[in-house]
This record gives sequence, structure tokens and C-alpha cells, in this order.
Amino acid sequence: MIKTTAVVLAASVAAALTFPNASASAADAKEKCYGVALKGQNDCAAGPGTTCAATSKVDYQGNSWKLVPKGTCTTMNTPFGPGSLAPIKRPA
Amino acid sequence: MSTATQSRFAGALLGGDGAVPRGLTSSTSATPTRRFAIYRNNVLFGLSGALTARYPAAEKVVGAEFFGAMAREFVVGHPPTSPVLLDYGAGFAEFVETFEAASELAYLPDLIRLEDLRTRAYHAADASPLEPRQIAAVPPEKLSELVLVLHPAAAIMRSPHPVVTIWAMNSGEAELGPIENWAEEDALVVRPQQLVHVHRLPPGGAAFLEALASGSPLGVALEAATAQAASFDLSANLAGALNAGAFASFDLTS
Amino acid sequence: MNKATRLPLHAGVGFKPEHFAAIDAAPQPIGFFEIHAENYMGAGGPPHAKLKRLHEDYALSIHGVGLSIGSMQALDRDHLARLKSLCDRYEPESFSEHLAWSSHDNVFLNDLLPLPYTEATLARVVQHVDQVQSSLGRRMLLETPSTYLIFEESTIAEADFLREIARRTGCGLLLDVNNVFVSATNHRLDARDYLASFPLDCVGEIHLSGHAVTTDETGATLLIDAHDSPVADPVWALYEKVVERLGRVATLVEWDNDLPDWPVLRREAEAAEVVLDRAARKAAA
Repeated sequence: MIKTTAVVLAASVAAALTFPNASASAADAKEKCYGVALKGQNDCAAGPGTTCAATSKVDYQGNSWKLVPKGTCTTMNTPFGPGSLAPIKRPA
Repeated sequence: MSTATQSRFAGALLGGDGAVPRGLTSSTSATPTRRFAIYRNNVLFGLSGALTARYPAAEKVVGAEFFGAMAREFVVGHPPTSPVLLDYGAGFAEFVETFEAASELAYLPDLIRLEDLRTRAYHAADASPLEPRQIAAVPPEKLSELVLVLHPAAAIMRSPHPVVTIWAMNSGEAELGPIENWAEEDALVVRPQQLVHVHRLPPGGAAFLEALASGSPLGVALEAATAQAASFDLSANLAGALNAGAFASFDLTS
Repeated sequence: MNKATRLPLHAGVGFKPEHFAAIDAAPQPIGFFEIHAENYMGAGGPPHAKLKRLHEDYALSIHGVGLSIGSMQALDRDHLARLKSLCDRYEPESFSEHLAWSSHDNVFLNDLLPLPYTEATLARVVQHVDQVQSSLGRRMLLETPSTYLIFEESTIAEADFLREIARRTGCGLLLDVNNVFVSATNHRLDARDYLASFPLDCVGEIHLSGHAVTTDETGATLLIDAHDSPVADPVWALYEKVVERLGRVATLVEWDNDLPDWPVLRREAEAAEVVLDRAARKAAA
């Protein structure tokens, strides 16, 4: 058994090493060097929302708000409901 | 100012009814509620904004309004304990699991976990990925003892949902549309150089890489993968992981 | 000029990764870039790759936004260690933080919160600045805040409070002219009076930025330090007066929200450079 595994391993690894390298040319050179720009998360400015002081009260009221997801979940046609926004029973 | 004054101020930022803590006034009004609300809003929107920046695909799935409200709910109950906000979000996936209004989106917590791994990979230590030719020199009889060390950015995730497809559709990597084949998907997240990549793993791939990640040698990892999926293809999985940049180095146990 | 910083006496801008490609495409007429320390506290990846590249060509100012120097509680030693490691990694020309607090009882609140100015808070801040400077092995700049409220217990004017911190700790000051204008407007004071009493000899850097205009419940103008727009005209005017008294000084234009394209931000820095040049010519005449 051990011997068989060793033989399988040797053949499989040898085969793996002959696979063409897919990742090397995947990204353009600039992005490979410096990556994409992701917004920093720590700021010293007063953030957005500063001028909607009156709305924050709603946000503190926990479950009292009645929001439903309105993003792409309505497009993806999931088995939990094809775009249905009504709560439905999930499969176990 | 005593610590008690600061405690009152801090306590009125993420809780309370918006009333101005005692000891504070202004040049125009003795009860400057609107001025104090600037701080309350900064704290709440600043922290929820950090979450929005971290989970763009999840935000797209539920919409900005819903995500913002859900994030603010999390912030109030789970404010960060560190000033380093690029780490903020531990526990968010678990929070969303119990979040009533999102309960129909059973895959949402896993999407958030995948985005966590992407951020982690983005900020992980830099390392040159192991080149396939570097292990070509290992004698065949030693291969079962080969220990492959995971790249610092690499992470494996299993999901009962098509989490890779959902992420790809909501991050511009794939066209958005109905998902015909709703099947489980396991993910490999890597950052070999400066770009974070998400790969969908073939059957047994997650078991194989998890075994390697825990320090098991190649022979043991092969057994774990085969036990998980009889159809496990070692060559394809090893080549795929190597080419993705999942490993940083290797050791020989004996 | 204050020796707490080695920044060039030119205009710089806050670095945003979204601008990296435009900045890296050609040499920029920018004296230095400033970053928020906490966004560079991961181990590696694109943030560090970009910053390393930038620091090859430009002076760097590391600006902390999360140390909570104004807290009555002890400084976070782990965070101080992270700042030390970041400063050791980049050897920036300047390190600065705020006269504010942002953490309490192990919760990070992510805002620059105000403190009353009393003998007790002065002693606490002095102790914290001492601790930061000895931990980092360098002098720091402490920034003037934007404030919206007044503490009834305050007994010391802000400019005097800052002068005393600088005197006792040897730190330099970061004079945010927009913050001065925002606070003065909010408290119905004259920003020129504030600046007249400010210890300009301690200033190692100036900040400029845009603010948002709103009103409080009495209908009075309330300015918010939003960093989401061009520098306002009255702030430019105050800046010119300060530079006439102070001479050339490292000057940063901050823009953190509703980011403009790179050329717009660069033009703001060029406008500050024009003011610096004009003041230098006046001084030489």
C-alpha cells in the first residue's frame, strides 16, 4: 500500500510539474507590482453622515426598521426564492 | 476631565438617546444636541463605513441601504477593540447568520467570510511563491514525506453554497445572472504577488490543502483528500495550487 | 523652524491609493506625502508596495489617527508598538498625532473626540506625549483639533494648552488652519485672535482642508471638519497671514472624502506652494 502510494505520488507530482504555469501571465505588469487600490479604513475627517444627524436616531432603534435586501440577490435566482424578498424556509 | 466624564461621553456615542452628556455646552445653545450628534454620526458612520469598504460584494448583494443598516446594527453591538480598522469585522459573519432581516440569504455569511479572507490576503506578509521546479529536485521516494508550507496570504474555505460564483458575480469577475447549478463550492484565496485571486477548488481540494496547511506531509494529505472525494486528482490539484501560488516553501520530514 | 520634523518646506498632500497610478506616472511637484498610520499596519501587500515606491521619491509624513493621546486612560501599548514598527520600517521625515481621544475602555470609537483643557488633562496629555516620544525614539507633532462643543470645566485656552504641552515635552505642533477656522466659527470666536496667541515658533507643519457648512438647532452656522471639498477662501486667507509671520513651512492639503481626481488635488497643493513662495519673497524684500 505504502509502495503504491509512493508510485502514485511520484507519477502525479511529475505530471503536476509539467502543467503549464497559468498564473505567471495572469495579471498585467503594473498590477502585479503594486496591486489594486483599496480604500484605507482609518481617517481623521468627519465622515459621511455628519449632516444627517436627524437620521441616526432610526439606526439606534434596532429591529424596529423594516428593510429588505434590494441588491443583486434579486437577480441571482437562488433556490431560497427566485428574487423573492419574503422570508422563506431555508433547506436544512 | 475625569475618567468618569470621558466614560459618560463615550457611553453616549454608541448608545443613549442622543442626549448631550452633562458638562458640555456651546456658544449658541445650552443643550447642543445637534453638535453632539456630529460625534455620534461620525462614530456610527465611520465604523459602519469601514465595514462597507471591507465587504463590497456583500454590499452589492443586499444593496447599500440594507448593508449600511445591518453594519450599523453590528457596530452598536460589536464596536472595534483595536484602532486598526483593516482588521475590523471579526464576528460580522456570525452576526449576519443571526440577523433576522437577512435570514433568507443563507449564503451571505459565507460570502462575508470569503471577503474576510480576501482582506486578510491583501494585507498578509509578502513572500515569493514556491516555484514548481523547486520540488522537481525532491527524490521520488521522499515525496510522501514532503511538507508544503502554505503562502502567508493563502487560505482555504469550504461552503455548502456556490460562494465563489456568488462572489465572482458581485465583484465584476463574472457576469451577473441566475445560478443554475446551486452546488457547494470550496475556495482557495491567494496573493502570490500584489493581486488577490480567488480560485474554486475541485472535489477533495479543500481537504488536501487543509491537511497540508496543518503540516501533514503529502502522503497523508493525499489520503485525506481521497477519503473526502474518491475522484480526487492529485496531479491537477497539486499543479493548480502550485500555479496559484498557494505555497511558500517546502520541508522534508525525514 | 521647529526641529521636531524634517519635512521639506513645501506643499504636500494626503496620499490616497486611488491616486497612486497617476502619481507614479510622472514626477509630481509635491514636497511630501502624508499617510494615516493605521492603514499601513498590515504585514505586507499593496499598501506597503505603494508606500515604499512613493517614499523612494518623496518625503513621508506618518500621521496617526488612533493613538488616543487625549485619553484619561493609559495609552494602548500594543498600538504604540505598531507605530514604532511602522516608523522603523519607513523612517519618515515626520510623525504626528492629534490632541484628541478615540478609544475608551478598550473600545475604538474612530473619531477625534474633544477634551476639556484643565491642569489635570494637561498633565495627562504631557505624560502621553512623553511616552510616545520615548517609545518612538523621536519627537512628534501634535495637531490642533476641530471642535463643536465647549466643556464647562475648561480653564485653559486651547492655544495656551498646546504651548504648554510643547514647552514641557519638546514636541512640535501641527497647526491645522482649517480646524482653527472651524472651531472659531463654531464657538463664535475670531480665528485671527486664536492665531495671534498661537505659539507659531513650535509649528512644524500646517494642515489645510475643506469643511462642510451646516447649522445647529438655533440656526447658527456650524462647520464640520469633513475633508470633502477644496480649501475654503477664508482658510486660504488665514494661511497666508500665518505664513507671512512664520515663513516657509511644510504644508499639507488633506482630502479624505469624495476624493477628486489627482490633478484637482495637485492643484490645491500648487496653490499652497504659491502662497509659500509669495511669503518667502515678502520676507526677503
